[in-house]
Amino acid sequence: MKTRAARLFLQNLGSNNPVFSQVLGICSTLAVTNRVLNTVVMSLGVLYTLILSNILVSLLRRRIPPRVRMMSEVLIIASVVLLFDILLRAFSPEISRQLGPYVGLIITNCIIMGRAEAFALSHPPALAALDGLSSGLGYAYVLLLIAAVREVLGAGTFWGLPIAGSAWSPWTLLAMAPGAFFVLATLVWILKGAVRPQPATPEATPR
Amino acid sequence: MIAAFSSWFALFFSAVFTQNILLTNYLGMCPFLGASRELKTSFGLGAAVVLVMTFTTPLNWLLYHSILLPLGLEYLALIAFISLIAAFTQLTELVIMRVSDSLHAALGIFLPLITVNCAILGASLFMVARRYSFLQTTAYGLGGGLGWMLALLAMAGIRQRIAKNRLPRGLEGAGIALIIAGIMAMAFTAFTGMATPA
Repeated sequence: MKTRAARLFLQNLGSNNPVFSQVLGICSTLAVTNRVLNTVVMSLGVLYTLILSNILVSLLRRRIPPRVRMMSEVLIIASVVLLFDILLRAFSPEISRQLGPYVGLIITNCIIMGRAEAFALSHPPALAALDGLSSGLGYAYVLLLIAAVREVLGAGTFWGLPIAGSAWSPWTLLAMAPGAFFVLATLVWILKGAVRPQPATPEATPR
Repeated sequence: MIAAFSSWFALFFSAVFTQNILLTNYLGMCPFLGASRELKTSFGLGAAVVLVMTFTTPLNWLLYHSILLPLGLEYLALIAFISLIAAFTQLTELVIMRVSDSLHAALGIFLPLITVNCAILGASLFMVARRYSFLQTTAYGLGGGLGWMLALLAMAGIRQRIAKNRLPRGLEGAGIALIIAGIMAMAFTAFTGMATPA
């Protein structure tokens, strides 16, 4: 049991990583990664939503009728995200304004729906929580990597602080929409080339 | 009258091209990458998105402005919007299934998946954030859907052409699709200045 959990944890960080190996949930990956600070908040939101929704779906898995399965999952996820949105608005209105609609769009982040469908529906709560945690971490570190590249090269700052000298002319393209695509493409290329994809395990393949 | 129409059209035009919901707001990326291998499938999916977005965005406007705001329930907008979208897609699928089998095979099968397409929910959230009027919302919903479909079809066309080409290891599939999307996003920004929403 222990080794199985550990293997699951590592797989979600590496060969089965939601962002670069399954290319899921990249709407937000691209939209919020122009600033590192925004990315950290967004990652925390996704991490929290993944863990909580995975636990809830897993607890209710025997009670959800298969026909309305997707509906129920969407509603569970929406309630969890709603809570995060309200908390963020209360404690950090500035960041909430900057992220705008993208916080709400965590609901339709395919990673969360994907993990509920592929994992939480068929596993006990403790394993589901671990799966949520590791998928969330796997998402977060890829996002942070992209944000760091885009903010440093695109704006010459890190965490809002200027780090490049005045001689540095910002690479504006990277802060704009096309830059996000190029950075993610490069990252997918490097990581996919480096991490050999393993044959899919039963719990990793969607039904 | 003419002024009203030209501002409506400017908003519609910018929703299709300069503010393309997929290429500038990155919404609906999962199906954009997952279902853009073949023109035929992309057409069905794109048409389904146009249909759902054109109707749910104005419906959500009505829901927000005539029910949620007067009752002071704006904070429930997220759940209300996603429920309306889910209900709309399920109902439309049922209707299409009854009306025509061939239409259901071409379009209906995509409808349940569209509930979790971020572009649909995104259009409703942006419509609230940007304080559009009802008329502006109709332009935005229709334009946003068409713009998404346009980007999807363009991508599917390009991917079909390069399907047999050899690519560097690790770049096959998602990698090359993202690079194409980046170049497309650059091309679409060239429309900026042709129309600015009033």
